[in-house]
Amino acid sequence: MAKWKSYGIAYLFLAPSLIGLAVFVLYPILYSFYLSFMKWDGLTPMSFIGLSNYKDLWTDETFKISLTNNLYYTLVTVPITIVLSILLALLMNYKVRGIQTFRVLYFFPNITASLAIGIIWAAMFTQYGPLNTILRFFGYADPPAWLASTTMALPAIMLVSIWKGVGYNAVILFAGLQGVPRHLYEAAELDGANRFKQFIYVTLPGLSPVIFFCVVMGVIGSFQVFDTVMAMTQGGPGRSTNVLVFHIYNTAFQNYNFGYASAMSYILFVIILVITFIQLKMQKRWVTY
Amino acid sequence: MEMAAEKSAGITGYSIKRILRTFLVYVLLLAVVVLTVLPFVWMVSGSLKNQATIFQNTMNLIPSEPLWSNYSEVWNRVPFGQFYWNTIKVSVLSTAGSLIAASLAAYAFAKLSFPGRDKLFLLFLATMMIPGQAIMIPQFTILNGMNLVNTHWALILLNLFNPYGVFLLRQFLIQLPNDLNESARIDGCSEFGIFMRIVMPLAKPAIVTLGVFSLLWSWNDFLQPLIYLSQERLFTIQLGIRYFQQLNGANYPLIMAATTMSLIPIIVIYLFAQRYFIEGIAITGTKG
Repeated sequence: MAKWKSYGIAYLFLAPSLIGLAVFVLYPILYSFYLSFMKWDGLTPMSFIGLSNYKDLWTDETFKISLTNNLYYTLVTVPITIVLSILLALLMNYKVRGIQTFRVLYFFPNITASLAIGIIWAAMFTQYGPLNTILRFFGYADPPAWLASTTMALPAIMLVSIWKGVGYNAVILFAGLQGVPRHLYEAAELDGANRFKQFIYVTLPGLSPVIFFCVVMGVIGSFQVFDTVMAMTQGGPGRSTNVLVFHIYNTAFQNYNFGYASAMSYILFVIILVITFIQLKMQKRWVTY
Repeated sequence: MEMAAEKSAGITGYSIKRILRTFLVYVLLLAVVVLTVLPFVWMVSGSLKNQATIFQNTMNLIPSEPLWSNYSEVWNRVPFGQFYWNTIKVSVLSTAGSLIAASLAAYAFAKLSFPGRDKLFLLFLATMMIPGQAIMIPQFTILNGMNLVNTHWALILLNLFNPYGVFLLRQFLIQLPNDLNESARIDGCSEFGIFMRIVMPLAKPAIVTLGVFSLLWSWNDFLQPLIYLSQERLFTIQLGIRYFQQLNGANYPLIMAATTMSLIPIIVIYLFAQRYFIEGIAITGTKG
């Protein structure tokens, strides 16, 4: 009996989280799947339409554009952010005085709201804003129109994401660097390895679990980009910066097409799941624990 | 350690190469600082200019006649005080709710035994991978069914389940020794009494870390308030600055003033709690 009582107490401790988990995560996952087979405006009764929503996605130009834009965004921002973060972490690893202050400053953009960051940069990207003023100063007489240009608006958003992400990842990677055993460097030095070789054969393998973490989280985050787009371009000009979550938000909460938006949400969910799964499988090839 | 040794060796211990290297490192570190800080400096500087001067000599970062009135102008145009108050209310209640729920669950996972414990913990961990945006529609219909749309409670309830918090606290609690709990149990202390009087005081550093992250997350959240709140009197700061941006399209000085005001509380918290932020992040990275 005492045993059952102690189990009961344990579940009592878990109750608030379990209720939250059931009501706001598990049930929504199932309900979202159910909704994706429905036509529903959120007010009138829903009707079952089978796979229509999923079929419509194949011919939905805006969906295809938002998916392509999002993949382009992921493929550019994640690798560049990681490479720059590794370089910055290495720089921070020179044990010069005042490094803590630098770390605090670099990390700062990460704690500010993406929306606020987007609003600031939207002003900085204007024709006579600081960015183009600097470009003109360095001799680019005709700098890009950035947010007003269909080809440069998405790269502008990417630039902001990279700017925001580098400090955060560098702090994580810097912490990871402290975990690479010193004696490995000493051994490599004895074997006559120069700095570059030490980096390739000691630092990178030692850091690979942390790099892996940064890549996985970075990819997941890149499919959730929304606030920056909302602040800077609202998907435009045209549909040039329309990304997945932005399109889902519009479909559900602006056009009240909940069933169709649920189908898109499921695609988003599956994309993230598959990519994460592939990365977990691939990690054996390059991550050393 | 290394630095202390260098110091005692004195200037003569340095080779020219070494001094040059340190110099180069500082130059690069400072260059990154400029890149990081410039947008914020430009924001503050822009918030003190007028619509003509903000883009004339835009790199002149110190305005000759700072227009402090821009800040009061923002308060005249939108109820900024209300936005602050709403955000404080939502962030504090969300944080309190998620800290209570997460610490209780973390205690159960770390210190109690019950059937299915490890499987349930894995399920909690797995939910960390689920992007919130993928389930925002059913969450909305559920909260709409509870008549909580256009209330702050919707946002507070959504934050109740915090798997990241459960994970962080569980990792912290599991390394605390059990002897105190055991002797309290023998003395007839209830499980809840042990949790409140013994474990929680010990877990304070982890709870503070989680608390600052949670506050920050609520303060910065934009998508959820955007979905749930459509009345101006309910707006949080993020909705408020977006709303202000929409109303005042090209009035960049005022928009920069509003954005600066949205960032001030965050800057203050960061100044006092930066240690918790940076250590918290470093821990997730190396142990996650």
